[in-house]
Amino acid sequence: MYEGVNGMKKRRKLGRGVAVVGAGMSKFGMLNDRDSKDLFIDAFTDMLSSVDKGVDPRDIDALYLGNFTNDFFTGQSHWGAIMSDAIGLVPKPATRTEGACASSALAFREGVFAIASGFYDMVLVGGVEDMSKCTTAEVAEGLTLAAIPYERKAGFTFPGVFGTIATAYFERFGATREHLMNVTIKSHNNAPLNPKAQYKLSVRDIMRAKCEQALTKGEPEPEWSNEKDFLGDSIVNPPIAWPMHLFDCCPISDGSACLLLVGEDMARDFTDAPLHVVGLGQGSGRGLHAATDLTNFEATRAAAHEAYCMANIGPEEIQVAEVHDCFSIAELIHIEDLGFCKPGEGFKAVEDGLTRLDGSKPVNTSGGLKCKGHPVGATGAAQLIEIWDQLRYQAGKRQVKNGNLRFGAAHNLGGTGGTCTYTILERR
Amino acid sequence: MFGNKLEVPISDYSFEQFLHSDRLMGVRCQSCGSLFVPPRMLCFRCFGTDMNWEQMQGTGRLAGFTSITIGPSFMVEEGFDRTHPYCTGVVELIERTRVVARIEGVFAQKPESIVVGTPMQVKFLHVDGSGPVKTFLAFEPVSTS
Repeated sequence: MYEGVNGMKKRRKLGRGVAVVGAGMSKFGMLNDRDSKDLFIDAFTDMLSSVDKGVDPRDIDALYLGNFTNDFFTGQSHWGAIMSDAIGLVPKPATRTEGACASSALAFREGVFAIASGFYDMVLVGGVEDMSKCTTAEVAEGLTLAAIPYERKAGFTFPGVFGTIATAYFERFGATREHLMNVTIKSHNNAPLNPKAQYKLSVRDIMRAKCEQALTKGEPEPEWSNEKDFLGDSIVNPPIAWPMHLFDCCPISDGSACLLLVGEDMARDFTDAPLHVVGLGQGSGRGLHAATDLTNFEATRAAAHEAYCMANIGPEEIQVAEVHDCFSIAELIHIEDLGFCKPGEGFKAVEDGLTRLDGSKPVNTSGGLKCKGHPVGATGAAQLIEIWDQLRYQAGKRQVKNGNLRFGAAHNLGGTGGTCTYTILERR
Repeated sequence: MFGNKLEVPISDYSFEQFLHSDRLMGVRCQSCGSLFVPPRMLCFRCFGTDMNWEQMQGTGRLAGFTSITIGPSFMVEEGFDRTHPYCTGVVELIERTRVVARIEGVFAQKPESIVVGTPMQVKFLHVDGSGPVKTFLAFEPVSTS
């Protein structure tokens, strides 16, 4: 495990406890008729209706908004103030945070710090990204802004970065593409149980639909024997950046998510089931050429170490987690870096069902970035919303079967592991 | 381009200039001995700033790679697409540091045939497109002939 480098060994604590008392999100998907403002209003109104005992939005002191690069995707910047106006907060302050795909986890942290310092009592934190109005090539180019210059010059795309990491992981630990498919199949099994998810079909459902499509067109029916056979067919699952194929990659998404934070001394005024922020970790990392290792993320390990120390618990006490599965290989590496299994054993643990909805450590019950969708600036907040839903037993058909839920966690990653966060919430 | 006595600023610009003249150069921290390719003005291990240029041998092994079918626009302009993918990756140099580089001399359409750990040698890729000639750092498998 990560041991305090550069002075990070100190155990963190908040000056004032902070709790989540509301959470809401827009639909995720390619939403042609919704712009960022519409999406954030959707998330905000959903959040307001989630506060059990009600909240007056006029009591919100400030907004922290995560957004990666709407500047590129929509040609518009300065989203903090635009959103403050959209949801009626003007003249309350609004601050935008940016940490690539971890942008809204940073907003969450800033909101926590603002309350913990004693400066504010109630803060709205969230994120938004509007990506689908660009072509796929433009989106790929926009996302690559979060890589480091040397990688960009060498022709890397994000699928390429994670493809490279996958080949290094395969060679070192003996995993194969089939092991990555277990991650994809699991995400696709969970997503149909999430009404907000972008994809509603399991891999098996997609296979069936393709077969029916072939029959209607009078073409020969494809002969896939099972889901892995289907995912191994490069016609339906073409390579994007080998070994990353289409079904290894998260989609292009629009969406927004937000959470309402208050000082924990006030939390019971809003709900009898607040979630307390007990662990916060953030790390930074280097590009592929200078990373300590190609098969783990130093920033994740630093963030996890910091958060576990602060919460005074270990990974075995996390009962449900969302991790940043932008690509299938990423989920394997994260569950190792977060201590859910040993380094190099993530692929076996997933194969054995550890992370399934009915496993002992359910991961990405929402469908993950892969199937819930990945509007990059909204993802960190949306991951925490899944933990909110799970710890409060309101996750519907995807609710984890555990009568004693207490700790849940979310891991958010930006860039080539350049910015990673880990947040632990507790239900008391 | 530069004299033998390397009074050359420690910068990415200089690194690129060296690549243009077919040299893969790094810098070594004179305080702690750490080697950095591309160069760093500030050592992240000891915070030293006394750096000397060093030429790399230009050999190493393939540490990880990908074969990209959907690339950025500048690669598309070079003629790469779904049917003509290109490889890029990470090479661990014999000097025990890593670089990201384009991977040449492999069968990008059959990435299954490419093996992590393959011994590699540097190749300076001078690409003549629109505008000035660009030099890309690349590696290819060591020729066995």
